[in-house]
Amino acid sequence: MQRHLISAADLTRDDAIRILDTAEEMARVADRPIKKLPTLRGRTIVNLFFEDSTRTRISFEAAEKRLSADVINFSAKGSSVSKGESLKDTAQTLEAMGVDAVVIRHGASGAPYRLANSGWIDAAVVNAGDGTHQHPTQALLDAFTMRRRLVGRDTGLGQDLGGRHITIVGDILHSRVARSNVDLLHTLGAEVTLVAPPTLLPVGIESWPCEISYDLDATLPKSDAVMMLRVQSERMNAAFFPTEREYSRRYGLDGERMARMPEHAIVMHPGPMVRGMEITAEVADSGRCTAIEQVANGVSIRMAVLYLLLGGAVFESKNAPVTLQTRTEEK
Amino acid sequence: MSKILIRGAKVLGGEPQDVLIDGRTIAATARQGEIDWSGSGLSADGAEVVEADGKVLLPGLVDLHTHLREPGREDSETVLTGTRAAASGGYTAVFAMANTFPVADTAGVVEQVYRLGQQHGYCDVQPIGAVTVGLEGRKLAELGAMHESAAGVTVFSDDGKCVDDAVIMRRALEYVKAFGGVVAQHAQEPRLTEGAQMNEGVVSAELGLGGWPAVAEESIIARDVLLAEHVGSRVHICHLSTAGSVEIVRWAKSRGIDVTAEVTPHHLLLTDELVRTYNPVYKVNPPLRTERDVHALREALADGTIDIVATDHAPHPHEDKDCEWAAAAMGMVGLETALSVVQQTMVDTGLLDWAGVADRMSFKPAEIGRAAGHGRPVSAGEPANLMLVDTAYRGSVDPAGFASRSRNTPYEGRELPGRVTHTWLRGKATFVDGKLT
Repeated sequence: MQRHLISAADLTRDDAIRILDTAEEMARVADRPIKKLPTLRGRTIVNLFFEDSTRTRISFEAAEKRLSADVINFSAKGSSVSKGESLKDTAQTLEAMGVDAVVIRHGASGAPYRLANSGWIDAAVVNAGDGTHQHPTQALLDAFTMRRRLVGRDTGLGQDLGGRHITIVGDILHSRVARSNVDLLHTLGAEVTLVAPPTLLPVGIESWPCEISYDLDATLPKSDAVMMLRVQSERMNAAFFPTEREYSRRYGLDGERMARMPEHAIVMHPGPMVRGMEITAEVADSGRCTAIEQVANGVSIRMAVLYLLLGGAVFESKNAPVTLQTRTEEK
Repeated sequence: MSKILIRGAKVLGGEPQDVLIDGRTIAATARQGEIDWSGSGLSADGAEVVEADGKVLLPGLVDLHTHLREPGREDSETVLTGTRAAASGGYTAVFAMANTFPVADTAGVVEQVYRLGQQHGYCDVQPIGAVTVGLEGRKLAELGAMHESAAGVTVFSDDGKCVDDAVIMRRALEYVKAFGGVVAQHAQEPRLTEGAQMNEGVVSAELGLGGWPAVAEESIIARDVLLAEHVGSRVHICHLSTAGSVEIVRWAKSRGIDVTAEVTPHHLLLTDELVRTYNPVYKVNPPLRTERDVHALREALADGTIDIVATDHAPHPHEDKDCEWAAAAMGMVGLETALSVVQQTMVDTGLLDWAGVADRMSFKPAEIGRAAGHGRPVSAGEPANLMLVDTAYRGSVDPAGFASRSRNTPYEGRELPGRVTHTWLRGKATFVDGKLT
């Protein structure tokens, strides 16, 4: 039984679909004049951010507030952490103040796992991105976006992504988004192809449940969605690729390449985009690019995750029988 | 002088024998109950009797790779606590690595460590000198001065860091020939291991932890055996951890290159699958490798390609392991569990008999490090550096009982075979019936 959300790999197909379906309900809240549910009234959630990430923090904060939770934002900069306080002490200090859930973003892979499994605290832990490991709510919001666009908002309810071809392009090596997406999309029945220069694919990737290609042009015509990942220019200095221009030419998505995608296919980006590097402005601003929708969907997904984790439902670990127990009101 | 009669001990795992210790030396050995006192001028009168009862008697173990942390990190270990851990593990001599604060790169520091070992009397401490000043890899330390000091240093190592500059490594190999020294290389190509957190492979790809590729070790070993051949020196490879490294050392030995190599107990037992727990107790340098590597290392230790087992005993305070993986220190304590792990991985699997264990954990390490009086046969006239192990024992590891100041063992709660019951350093008991004296 899982009280935490640490890795997309921990979610069963039923768990994932339940989250996506719940997120559709949450999305309707956003259409109301008063965008608020009383569900988590009296519960306290801390957003524990050891890494700068304004967009993810704001997305969680919006989700928490729409569920009426009390929100504490903790950023490592200027806090006791910068004076050498350990993760354990920081977490225990926050828990002593009566925190029910910790949403953690940390630069070290595995930090949320440690927080959830070391007996340091009892609160539920939600991974908001750890190092180059996992970012499960990003994968969920991506899957949500794909299901809406490729299957349909209403027809998609209860459905997975079986048979869809998803292509993820860019810095796979350093990407927690790619890892989470490969895990979740595989669970949801999609077929994933990763495209990158060989330098940006990890050694050991052969065990992942996906295809690998070095050739973007060959992959585009059979893709239902193409997800472009940000490539940091500092990678260039570490000899992962020769120049930004060469990267763009070989692996960037421009209008010409987008035209080779099937008509229904969408372009996705987790943001922040580096226009002119992995994606041109023409593509980013086109109707096929879902970057902005993904941001909106992120709030719905995070509401769904917090609602299910704190509202009484539990995610079963894989291969375990699923028991659903959803409560809408909490004391 | 005190006498001790050890009755019915399986010397090197053989038939039960009686062994009489008189003062600092072994006075006599014979088949159980058959010591012939007539005409020898010997007698067991007044000897303290230790009933070995089928336990295995080995020469005192010798560890060529121990971190005692003193001076500088006495919060994790001191010469006293480290040598007490050594005695508890059946060791009578340990080689103390140079990466202390200050670094053991001068005669003054190595003499201090040496004297502390003598003063405490639990285990001989043979300091290892740094190859380069401050372990910085740029300028040779005063290797000759350390050799001529009271500590008599013969093993030099920048362990913790690789002597990666090929010219510095060449010069060091050449220079120590003048006094029979040896350079012990921590083989780790620094550029290939920037940000490295664990073995690079299937598990690191999934966990998103920086990879420490096997080639970073293997390329340095390949270079160094060729350098050793070119200048006609001997070289020792610390904590060899990959199947590829085994192949290179095997090739070098077949070519007649004077290379020796060590493997740690943990690399004989544990794999990188354990890192999935993100528990830093499994964080070590070089990192835990794969099942395939573990099997190659065991076979190489059995066939002699790898000469010795060395613990790389690396104590760390609790807070340095009670944190996220990336922030944690690398290393594991090993002195008090080494023999049990070797029994499980090598003896109980049939790869090595107890005579083989004596060779890999006492004779050979003493020979490589030129530890006088250690690693000697169990026979009359030899120094009484001995240890007794109850090989039938089975029990789970409880770090609370460690003599070491640190508890960072990867074996907590794990069932391991064998238990050291006695250790004698030159006839003086340092560890009796599972208790330090």
